[in-house]
Parts: sequence; structure tokens; C-alpha cells
Amino acid sequence: MTKFTRRQFGVLMGSTAAVMSLPVSLRAQGKPKVVVIGGGAGGATAARYIAKDSANEIDVTLIEASEKYTTCFFSNLYLGGYRDMNSIVHSYDKLQSNYGITKVTGRAKSIDKEKKTVMMEDGTAIPYDRLVVAPGIDIIYDSVPGYSEEAAEIAPHAWKAGPQTELLKAKLDAITNGQQIIMVAPPNPYRCPPGPYERISMMAHVLKSKGVDAKIIILDPKDKFSKQALFQEGWDKHYPGMIEWIGPDVHGGIKNVDVKAGTVETDLDTFKGDLLNIIPAQRAGAIAISAGLANDKGFCPIDPESMRSTMDPNIFVIGDASIAGDMPKSGFSANSQAKVAAMNVRGDLLKSKVFPAKYSNTCWSLIESDDGVKVGGQYSPADGKITATTNFISQKGEDAALRKSTYEESIGWYSGITADMFG
Amino acid sequence: MIKSVRARSMRSQKSLLSTLLFLAAALAVSVPASAEDAGEELFGQCKGCHEIGAGAKHKVGPHLDGIFGRTAGTSEGFKYSAAMKKAGEDGLKWDAEALAKYIEKPRDFIKGNRMSFRGMAKEEDRKLLIEWLTAKASEAPAADTAHKVDDTGATVRGFADAVLALEGDKEYGQYLAGECVTCHQITGQVEGIPSIVGVPRDYFVRAMLEFKNNIRTNEVMKLRAANMTNEDLAALAAYFESLEPR
Repeated sequence: MTKFTRRQFGVLMGSTAAVMSLPVSLRAQGKPKVVVIGGGAGGATAARYIAKDSANEIDVTLIEASEKYTTCFFSNLYLGGYRDMNSIVHSYDKLQSNYGITKVTGRAKSIDKEKKTVMMEDGTAIPYDRLVVAPGIDIIYDSVPGYSEEAAEIAPHAWKAGPQTELLKAKLDAITNGQQIIMVAPPNPYRCPPGPYERISMMAHVLKSKGVDAKIIILDPKDKFSKQALFQEGWDKHYPGMIEWIGPDVHGGIKNVDVKAGTVETDLDTFKGDLLNIIPAQRAGAIAISAGLANDKGFCPIDPESMRSTMDPNIFVIGDASIAGDMPKSGFSANSQAKVAAMNVRGDLLKSKVFPAKYSNTCWSLIESDDGVKVGGQYSPADGKITATTNFISQKGEDAALRKSTYEESIGWYSGITADMFG
Repeated sequence: MIKSVRARSMRSQKSLLSTLLFLAAALAVSVPASAEDAGEELFGQCKGCHEIGAGAKHKVGPHLDGIFGRTAGTSEGFKYSAAMKKAGEDGLKWDAEALAKYIEKPRDFIKGNRMSFRGMAKEEDRKLLIEWLTAKASEAPAADTAHKVDDTGATVRGFADAVLALEGDKEYGQYLAGECVTCHQITGQVEGIPSIVGVPRDYFVRAMLEFKNNIRTNEVMKLRAANMTNEDLAALAAYFESLEPR
């Protein structure tokens, strides 16, 4: 708890300092202004591309609550012991020093669409000509009965990387012989479709490599999941008898979670776990919802040609918060969408050339050391949404050399995308 | 000998069996029996990026003709990383000893160079490879390696000529490249994924067409290549060729 409070305090201090260092009058400058809310795979990429490709003709401000960014992608590899925490934490320094982006450390509270202004929690107003909204997801805690933000301190969701991931790792590392881990998987749509199952693989890897005889149960509200055949083949091969996946037709629905007692109650049975990892349903980040950019399902409709919000022509919504048709909610997708949005923002403000939108995604998952799999797609606007044009997925029974090179490729991708986000 | 005589005699009767026997004979031939064959097989780890022998061209890596005695980072027409150029300026010349050290652990020997190769751990392998390179690089025509590259690319070559005849729109290429640089770093840094910064245009086009035609097998690349038009390829090739590695 003390640690948490100190972190919060740090964020507040940071935001005050950053605001004081802002130019005296943002409005007085002649350059068009772009504000980006959220400094993840979508927001950081959008800010960098707008700044880099506008030859200093656009003023870019990036609003992000964290001083440094912890990537959700590869946080499972931290859990599995393949990476340390430092290796997935990134600074915004280069975006400021090399691209002239103003980083404001703080939280956006609301958006005044009429006045084209972002209101910060500390009362500052930041005006924009175009706004890119990339807040990622918010966890809907009460979508799992009995779960809450407080309960997450005992039974982490760890679906936003950082302290939650560290808490989950500590609890995983404490599991001993004869104990049981229970994951409640999220319903669609959610961030990183293969993520829960890669996480299960990493948990099993940790237990197996320490020789701990423990079980992992997945209670899933979905009747199938991403890369299912590949994961189940890998689990049978590497972790026989350790992992049990239970779909809704068997458990009949999650009735209640009691994190103190360590129980998950379903229609079928009450499951007892020494570690509960509860991943609830998700929706677009709060700022997108309060600004009226989301629909009744909690995500933000966009024009597939540009990522422009269908609710406001001056606003673009990218990444997990958007409804991106056939694209999964992934860091790769957000990075791809950011480039289309950035091009359109420059087109709006500088009359630069706007090419037809193209999107792509690849998601790599690690099942066990050197056993990597991947799924990918190419996408274009069609039928009023972002539509897949081609897809591929790793095959069952691939040889070890291919699986190893797939894993190595994922490491190259991580270096690549983080360089593409943060400069 | 016995096998091939037998295969010939049976061909008219059982063509499937004869084909199998023929393949078996061909396989038997390809098992390295000499140091030369072993060297050639080891070069298999290099030839995705390097050509050698008469007519060899720069690909992702520079061609290796005349490498022995050359100062590092000076093969004409190839865009080297800053690290490799600096190594040359600092006096690094390629001889058998330097090359052996380099291919043992490329990233340690010249920090920041962009050769995407982990290294060759066995001293014996390095020796065989370098002996083979010495023979090939100093050899006059011979040239069967260059020839093979043309053979595999025969279907592709016609398409490549059509793409190369187009003038690539660099601005469009830069936009399309957004898709590439998520993995292939714009700085030319290499970490598990090859650098494509500054690669020659004709090599870039041929490689992409090889993905498109299933000659190269990486699924991610096949997917990216599948939807690309000739204009897209020409634009990307022009853009990446124009970049300098940092």
C-alpha cells in the first residue's frame, strides 16, 4: 500500500512540474496543434509520426499519466522469467528531445468538443485542432460478481502492465506443491486475444522449471479462444496434466468470486485457488466514454478509411478503445492504426497527401522456451469497417527450428515496435 | 553406379519407383564428402544474404568477391552501417583470422554492425567455411552459385523486371514502409529481424516477389507481400534504397 501511494504522489509531482514547464500561451502560437491522449502503442506512435513527418509544422502534445511506460506486450515473458521488468519499461525522453513533442504527465479529465479543449484533472486546459484519443482499455471490475478494484490487490487482473504484473509474478513464484491456480478469462472483446493463454503457458513454464507440482484451471466465458489448437497442443506436449481449460458449456457461468476465501463459484462447482487471476470484461478508457466517443457497447466507432471518430470529425480514436472491425486489440494493431490516423491528421492540418488506408497485425505467443507461434492479418477498409484481406496462423506440429525462429522473430519485433513508438 | 543403372532399367516400367531411386541417388551425392562440400554447406547459412563467385551482387549483405585483403566497409556500392565503416577506418582488413573472429560472434566483434547472424560457434566449421570462401572468392568464373540464384528466381525475374521498370514513388513508399518498420528498424539496428535499410532496389524487389511466389517461406512476410501491387513494391524499394543506415 505504501508503495502504491508513493507512486501516485510521484505522478502528481510529475504532472505539476510538466504543466509549469509548458509554454506560457499555447494558443498564441501559429502552428496547428495536435493533442494525443494516451502514450501506449497507439498514442506514442501517433505522436511520433505526426511530429516526425510534419517537419516541425505541427505542435504535438502527448498526455500520459505515467512517467514511464510499461508495455503489456511481453509482460507475460516477464511473468515467465524470460525478461526483467526493466526491459519492458520505456521512457518518453526521446520523443521530447528528438521530436519536440511536449509530454504532459497527468490525466485528461474531460474533452470539450465545442471548444476543442482537453481539460486535465489538475484544471489545466489544453487546446487542440485535432485530437487523437488512445486511452486503451478500462477494466469493468463488476462484470465478474464479487470482484472489485480493491479485490485486484489480492487477486490481480494484471491486464494493465506494471504493479499488477509484479503482484501476479510474486504470487506465482510463491506457489508450492499441491496448490492450484485459477484464471477467470475475459469475454470478447478484450485486449490481446491470445494473451490469457500465453499467460497460462508462462505460469506452467515457471512451475515446471521449478519442479512444482501444481494445477492450473482456466474458467472461460468463451466457448473457444485465439490459437486454441496451438495452445492445447503445446500444453499437452510441454505440461501434460497440468492445465485444465473449462468452457461455459461445462461450468455454466461464473456466479461469484471471493478473493479472500480464494474461491470462484460457478454453476458446476466452487473452485478453490491459491492464486486467482481474474481478467474481467473491458471497455474503452474512461475519457473516451465520458467524451461521448463510445457506443452503447463501450467502444468507439471509427471511419475505417482514417480512424476518425464517427462522433466528431476533429477526433481520431485508435488502439484498443476503437472498434477496428476484424483487427484484434493488440499493440501491433494500435501501432498500425496510429500511422493511418497520423497521415490523416497531417492531411487535415497541412494538406499533405493522404494515401488509402492499409492496416496490419501480427501476434506472437510463447508456449514454452523456444516454442513460439504467431497469427497475423492484413486489413483494408471494406463494407464500412476494417476488413481482413489475408490471414495466416502457425500450424500444429511445426518443427522445433521453425518454432524457435518464430520466437526469435518476436524478440526482433519487440525491439522494432518499441523503437517505432518511442524513437 | 549400380543404383543409376538399375534406375534406368526400371524407368519404363515403374516411373514412381525410379523417381524415388533417382532422388535417393541425388541425396547421396549431396552429403558432404569433402572439405569443399562441407564449406559449401556451411555457406548455406550465409547465402540468404551474401553472394559469391562471378556475377555476384549485393543483397541484404555485400557480395563477397575479393573480400580477402579488402578494408572492412569498402565494397563499392554497398551501404554499410556506421559501425562497419568505422571499423574499416580504424584499420580492419579482412583476412582469414579477422573473418574467423567476426563470424564467431558478429555482434561482439563489431558492436552495432547490422549483420543478422548469431555466429558460428565451432572453430572447425569456421575454418572449413573460410577455406571454402578463399577458394571461391579467388576463383575465376566457376560461378555455379550465381547461376543457382538465377535458377530459383527464374519465375520471379520476369515480374521483377516489370516492377523495376516503374519509377517508385518515395513518398508513397515512406507511407507503406510504416508497415515494415514495426519490425525492421528504421535505424538499421538488427535484433532477430534483418535490416532492410539501404538495400539495393533490385534485391528488395526480387526478395518480395520470392515471398509472393512462395519461394521464401516466412509467413509474416508472405502475408505482407501477398497484397502488394507492382506500384507498392516499386515505391517501397525506392524508399528503402534511399535510406542510409545509422
